[in-house]
Amino acid sequence: MEIATATLAELAAALRARELSSEELTRAYLERIERLDPDLNSYITVTPELALQQAGAADADLARGEGGPLTGIPLAHKDIFCTDGVTTTCGSRMLADFIAPYDATAVTRLRQAGTVLLGKTNMDEFAMGSSNETSHFGPVRNPWDPERVPGGSSGGSAAAVAAGLAAAATGTDTGGSIRQPAALCGITGLKPTYGRVSRYGMIAFASSLDQGGTLTRSAEDAALLLGAMAGFDSHDSTSVDVPVPDYAATLGDNLAGLRVGLPREYFGDGIDPDVASAVDAALEELRGLGAETVEISLPNSHLAVPAYYVIAPAECSANLSRFDGVRYGHRCAEPQDLEELYKRSRSEGFGAEVKRRIMIGTYALSAGYYDAYYLKAQRVRRLIGDDFRRAFAKVDVIAGPTAPTPAFAIGERVDDPITMYLSDIFTIAANLAGLPGMSLPAGFSGELPVGLQLIGDHFAEGRLLNVGHRYQQATDWHRRLPPACA
Amino acid sequence: MPLEREDIENIAHLARLELDPADVPAYTRHLSDILALVEQLDSADTSGVTPMAHPLDAVQRLRADEVTESDQRERFQAIAPAVEDGLYLVPKVID
Repeated sequence: MEIATATLAELAAALRARELSSEELTRAYLERIERLDPDLNSYITVTPELALQQAGAADADLARGEGGPLTGIPLAHKDIFCTDGVTTTCGSRMLADFIAPYDATAVTRLRQAGTVLLGKTNMDEFAMGSSNETSHFGPVRNPWDPERVPGGSSGGSAAAVAAGLAAAATGTDTGGSIRQPAALCGITGLKPTYGRVSRYGMIAFASSLDQGGTLTRSAEDAALLLGAMAGFDSHDSTSVDVPVPDYAATLGDNLAGLRVGLPREYFGDGIDPDVASAVDAALEELRGLGAETVEISLPNSHLAVPAYYVIAPAECSANLSRFDGVRYGHRCAEPQDLEELYKRSRSEGFGAEVKRRIMIGTYALSAGYYDAYYLKAQRVRRLIGDDFRRAFAKVDVIAGPTAPTPAFAIGERVDDPITMYLSDIFTIAANLAGLPGMSLPAGFSGELPVGLQLIGDHFAEGRLLNVGHRYQQATDWHRRLPPACA
Repeated sequence: MPLEREDIENIAHLARLELDPADVPAYTRHLSDILALVEQLDSADTSGVTPMAHPLDAVQRLRADEVTESDQRERFQAIAPAVEDGLYLVPKVID
């Protein structure tokens, strides 16, 4: 079996048939990490001892005929998820030495499902970025072209899965941070409905937008992983108490009569021609599978990025006020008074992009500006949500490009925040509306992967996974491995 | 509305950040650019629109007022920069 391109379902079948032990599989990934990751930098922390210990336990379960479909599967967590006893940095100097005293609920659930933790993946600092260049631990390189970014903020997870350095990985998506790197690295990325996956132990960026999800080779793998992660959690006050369906059961549903909405605002100017033609070909493939495409309009789409850059920074400025150098995290040396302790600890601990967003949020929430910025943005957020509500009365899913361009060069946008922010022009609206979204590998622009985005109605993850799976049965873009990662 | 140097210094203070003076011009430019982007919101007619605070319009879930967590003070203070006798240490606040 070619481990680097195997799906979870294939690996699970091999483990269950005892053709392969979890320890052998884990060692194979650890060997690949040791060989390939010095160039990619997709991991911040690798946990070989823990991984081999968990693999041994999984093998014992499998030998007794116990365990589930994820037992013995090695995966990686984005370094935003707290892992008890393992360093959890959030890509920041602020938490460079932070050893989490508890597990995030998503981590607990995947551990209980028998998965093996290979390590923690690199990310933009506090998940603020679209290129993985804001990480305190250095940029991640795109496995398809080392001069280019993998996208962000879950860039390490996307690069690790694309390069075959983990069978799957977790990620978080506040404005596109799962879908955009999945697109740029040629893998499948799923951001569930807001509240579907518990945020407990997931270091908060923007609490009304953050959502945990999956980065996998295939939609079938995402169904397996999401089924294990999702569900109500009393530790997260925004967790939604809605039953988790059996996502695998509906993967093979026929697409005949599926109505796919194509927002005209997602097919306008500014899209790379190769991206546009890959998306067109993917839509043709969906029509071949029985889907019907319908032109629709999401008239407030152009306001999504502006609304996001009030709401996300405002919430981040509140969330990140907890980093004060007192209870945990970086503390400056020899502060003379309390204010100096706060200011120097925070200034030394946070990088430039995090500081920018904290300051924008602080400004937007400050006396006299609250109505003009925060309340105005929340009103526009309602308009954007209403656009989708009207669209989903007419169509089952919405399709378009995940990102306007393929992977860009490292350094190209780093000094130009606005251009960087526009990398997420097609992904942000789903976060504002709390909708599930998925990126599927849909072709190439030269050597660089292109992603197709599907957006569903609230709790329609099963439908997205179904469309993704049928599409992947008809195509093999998700089977490609970057040539340098063989 | 473009921000001035004093605005940036004031915002940084409110956010308890200390900026290197050499970096202030870049922050001033970048934050002004972001506010210019944000000002596109003014083009939307939002009169009578209810602000959306939660994408599913959920309300805060309440629970019974009962103790559900055990005391883990030592565990949590083990990762603090400075503690003594179960207390977090900070520079002297009152002389």
